[in-house]
Amino acid sequence: MGTASTLAGPAGAKPAGPVSRSKALLRRLRSGDEIAHLITLIFAASILLVTALLVYQLWIHSQVSRAQFGWGFFGTSTWDPVFGNFGAWPFIYGTLVTTAVALFVAVPLGLGAAIFLSELAPPKLSSNLSFVIDLLAAVPSVIYGVLGIFTLVPLMRTTIQPFLKKTLGFLPLFQGPAYGIGFLTAGLVLAIMIVPFIISVSREVLLAVPRDQREASLGLGATRWETTWKVVVTYARTGILGSIFLSMARALGETMAVTLVIGNAPKVAASLFSPGYSIAAVIANEFTEATGSLYLSSLIELGLVLFLLTFVLNGLARLLIILTARRGAGVGNA
Amino acid sequence: MSLRTIWRKLLSGVMLSLTGACALVTVSALFVILGFLAWNGASSLHLTFFTKLPAPVGETGGGIANAIVGSGKMLLLAAAVGVPIGLLGAVYLAEFASTLPAFMIRYATDLLNGVPSIVIGIFAYTVVVLPMHHFSAYAGGFALGVMMIPVILRSCEEFLRSVPRPLREGAMALGASKWKTIATVVIPAALSGILTAILLALARVAGETAPLLFTAFGNQFWAKGLGEPTASLPVVIYNYALSPYDDWHQQAWAAGLVLLGLVVVVNLLTRLLLLRQTAQRG
Repeated sequence: MGTASTLAGPAGAKPAGPVSRSKALLRRLRSGDEIAHLITLIFAASILLVTALLVYQLWIHSQVSRAQFGWGFFGTSTWDPVFGNFGAWPFIYGTLVTTAVALFVAVPLGLGAAIFLSELAPPKLSSNLSFVIDLLAAVPSVIYGVLGIFTLVPLMRTTIQPFLKKTLGFLPLFQGPAYGIGFLTAGLVLAIMIVPFIISVSREVLLAVPRDQREASLGLGATRWETTWKVVVTYARTGILGSIFLSMARALGETMAVTLVIGNAPKVAASLFSPGYSIAAVIANEFTEATGSLYLSSLIELGLVLFLLTFVLNGLARLLIILTARRGAGVGNA
Repeated sequence: MSLRTIWRKLLSGVMLSLTGACALVTVSALFVILGFLAWNGASSLHLTFFTKLPAPVGETGGGIANAIVGSGKMLLLAAAVGVPIGLLGAVYLAEFASTLPAFMIRYATDLLNGVPSIVIGIFAYTVVVLPMHHFSAYAGGFALGVMMIPVILRSCEEFLRSVPRPLREGAMALGASKWKTIATVVIPAALSGILTAILLALARVAGETAPLLFTAFGNQFWAKGLGEPTASLPVVIYNYALSPYDDWHQQAWAAGLVLLGLVVVVNLLTRLLLLRQTAQRG
């Protein structure tokens, strides 16, 4: 969450010059400094170990499935535990569709709120509202799931889906029976869950835009909105894109809330009303009942896919946020 | 004023109020969530809810005592994994590291932070459950501990770095060695920050369900020790929400209210702590 503020480089001071190095080393060994260094290094290095072990475990435990299905795993739509035919496509499809729906709702909402918090709200109000939004990010995902299944699903079935069908029913997206559960509901729950991430990162990026940019634009006669939209947001656009990637990675990997409302049917359907399945949801549902090494291995390969997807997105996001932070700092100092 | 200017001003006003509406919608989401939980869950919150085991299917009543204790056990285990690695790793990054190792460790931390929780569950399954051949609190605690590491490390590093330089220099000038300076000056100065970081990390993993599903699994009874399948608050909420029984749905709401209450209280407390600290400094 504090991504933009944690970018400061290492600032360790080095007291010893090259001449007195061996002497200094001896002294530091005696005073215990080297031992402390070593101990903290071991703990820090264990993080590298854990991360490497995680990737290694995912890789070797998906071996059986990778050997059996190869690249065809990603394009196949059958998921048949009885005959041992496993394809990932319905799950990848479900994950992508729910994430797309979530972004479609969350990006305008989050960006709007971030603009309000950084440009309009007085500092005290902004800080208090930001705290409430951080709290929203701290709500456990299973609670979103419970609210989704008990309140949002009935609401979708009786009110929202029939309404969408009546007004936008000519689109293939909004056709078919209204079950309540499905891609659309899962996407909406995800949207509420990722909005806080978009807001907190975008707000930081917007606040980092140098003051003189705003003043110059206002001075040229632009209205407040024109300044905000054409100058401030444009200036911060890479960072905002970064916040969107970051929240996208969240949405892809989100498990419990989606599992409860997506309907858990491995289908590829054009309609958003249709029940579906996502990668994380199928792992959550079927992992404990997976019989046979091929079944388990296929589920772990799905986990590997999920890991790689979030890995790439997070990497991109971080890169973009670093780029804006650098630029903001550079111009601000000049 | 020309027509165009009026139009531009109007547009500006409308769009800016829309951003305000966006903020309002988002912020009110939290209160809607709290409201729904309190409305549906509060009626099931009796004392027995906290002290009794779950009732068999078909009987009403019963509680979630085993899940609360189970969550507590696993959080302790998680802290045993996450706090030493996170805190000492942060000390290394803030005080000792040179550029390349610091870059590698930060990179790994960010990577670990972005791993979806369900994948952490798979990891704990392959590392702990497979060798032990059964689900256990150890496996669940390990999974949660791995999730805590990056959270604790990043915030502790920030708090350690924010300790003013003159404090360190003062200690060094008095002849203290570097580790003595860290242990007796830097860490005590950053202590309240470190504690809030640990508390927040605990609050975050306390609500994690996905990594526990196939590591700690669940249990309708008391788990003996740490080597047995263990119930936990979030998994109970999930299982009860999926069940077809109205009574269990009620309990899912109530357990959700307890869990969210816990998370909100911890967050409020830590914010107050931090605010007071910054007020003292400033």
